[in-house]
Amino acid sequence: MMKSLQIIKVASVLSLALVLSACTTKVPEDQTDDAMSSAGVTTISGAEDTANTSGLAGNDANLVNGVNNNGYMTEAQKQAQQEQIRQQQRSVFFAFDNTQISDEYIPMLTAHATYLRSHPMVKAVIEGHTDERGTPEYNIALGERRAQVVAQYLQSLGVLSNQLSIISYGEEKPLDRSQTEAAYAKNRRAVITY
Amino acid sequence: MLKRYKRLGYIFLFLLVQSLFAQNALAELKIVITEGVNTARPIGILPFRWEGSGTPPSSISDIVAADLTRSGQFTPVAENQLPQTPMDINSIDFKAWTAKGIDSLLMGSVNSNASGQYVVNFKLVDLAKGHLIEEEKADAASQNVLLLNNQGIITGPQVRNFAHRVSDLVYEKLTGKKGAFLTRIAYVVVKDSGTYPYQLMVADYDGYNEKQIVRSKEPIMSPNWSPDGKKIAYVSFENKHSQIFIQDVATGKREVIASYPRHNGSPHFSPDGSKLAIVLSKSGSLQVYIYDLQTKNLTKLTSGRANNTEPFWFPDGRHLIFTSDRSGHPQIYKLDLATKQTQRITWQGDQNLGGQISPNGKEMIMVSQIQSHYNIAKQDLTSGVVQVLTKTKLDESPSLAPNGSMIIYSSIYGHNNVLSLVSIDGRFKARLPMANGRVRSPTWSPFLQ
Repeated sequence: MMKSLQIIKVASVLSLALVLSACTTKVPEDQTDDAMSSAGVTTISGAEDTANTSGLAGNDANLVNGVNNNGYMTEAQKQAQQEQIRQQQRSVFFAFDNTQISDEYIPMLTAHATYLRSHPMVKAVIEGHTDERGTPEYNIALGERRAQVVAQYLQSLGVLSNQLSIISYGEEKPLDRSQTEAAYAKNRRAVITY
Repeated sequence: MLKRYKRLGYIFLFLLVQSLFAQNALAELKIVITEGVNTARPIGILPFRWEGSGTPPSSISDIVAADLTRSGQFTPVAENQLPQTPMDINSIDFKAWTAKGIDSLLMGSVNSNASGQYVVNFKLVDLAKGHLIEEEKADAASQNVLLLNNQGIITGPQVRNFAHRVSDLVYEKLTGKKGAFLTRIAYVVVKDSGTYPYQLMVADYDGYNEKQIVRSKEPIMSPNWSPDGKKIAYVSFENKHSQIFIQDVATGKREVIASYPRHNGSPHFSPDGSKLAIVLSKSGSLQVYIYDLQTKNLTKLTSGRANNTEPFWFPDGRHLIFTSDRSGHPQIYKLDLATKQTQRITWQGDQNLGGQISPNGKEMIMVSQIQSHYNIAKQDLTSGVVQVLTKTKLDESPSLAPNGSMIIYSSIYGHNNVLSLVSIDGRFKARLPMANGRVRSPTWSPFLQ
């Protein structure tokens, strides 16, 4: 009697372990992505982005599609989330006289890279813009550099170089023509367009 | 009719009177003088007497007075300060004029002829000489006191150009330098709304006879006149990327002369008109090239990882200046086209860019950044001495008059881009407020034939 009970106990523990291990082999993949997205995605906002996106200001994109399955998103849900980011956010903003991409744009750029990698026939044009300080033709150079660093980052994430081209408008197409520092900050940008 | 003038430090408003006489279709560059009038030389200008029948022409004396004032070197005497209004030179009381410090007098008359044309006679009188002759009791009607004694026969539409020619003649007689009053400017107007927010305009240098020569939904930048004053090269993004066009101003015909990958920009005609210096970034960064308009050959002048742009020719056609950030920040460099030697020529301030060489090749005007302010500065190319000429905000795109006496440039005033003028010595400043949009990238034409 005791022996059969024990066997059943062991068997059930074993099978439970098997089931659990099966679950856990799936998790690392999801876990990594979740870790990345939760690390970066806390607040994708800033006034600058809302200048370009319509609605959803300040939303935490994690919650857009909801989460289920004990906190892990399905592939489909993750893709939908990324696509939403890609459609709503297209601009990287820069500091004065600067061409460095701030960390806060990494999730957005990742979303664009994911899309472009999975659609190798799609091409994107990256625009570079500056504020109006300086001369118009010299600002073309700064605009080009901003577009270039974004293009290079996308390529480092696997986007093919023939999918990307750059154009600089220098100071010619500002988003905001008022002469305040806040307006200037909105104008210093690179924009991914399809 | 001459208006009242106030003394140094006050703001003059020509615009009120000029706007009363202007047609609705004209967008004027109305001038607001902001500094420097008391250093200018007084000159007497009498309204030209209308002796004809029918409609008199626009006032030639008004146009001449405005021209001479804008040069920064003359102040036409106010009507109520004129010692007298003589009908002819025999009636001139020279002492009365010289006592007020006025040493020159322009007077004239306009008649009409049977063909409906205007017959204009004008004289420029040397009052100081007249005073001397008067003292010696000689005949004042002798040609000695007349610096100019001319006649012209013109039609109504030719009046403004004729008046500008009179200004040129007066200016040359009294200063020894060539006048630049019969010239034009081209500039970009950007509107905040509308289907075609970007427009390239051409006007007389004083804003009259404004004509739109290009309009676009995408930016237009860097217009530049050909040396014969007939064509303008410019950059247009109308095809969703930058291309360089050359357009005939009279006919509107145009062609694309550069459409390489990435940027095509900063076109500048060589002094003989046979070549265009341009900037392309197809090699990875902005570089200066020469495009031969006849052979269509492209020659690369600069290289390296830095950005090189804004080329401008020396009048000898054998040297160029350009802006380069090879030292970390934009500075201006000089290139010898024969030897390909390059040397840096700006050493003051944090940044120097947008350089232009004066017609005599001895001075350079540029945009200088000093402690985050961008102003127009002038550098003596022999001594290296730099003088900051402007105190306006965010100055850019300076362009020299073809006689080197005045600079027109774009700056911010009251949240708008406006055109401003400064004399080459920095003493005379004026603002030309634009009613219809933000005005950018002015370029002054050569002397017109």
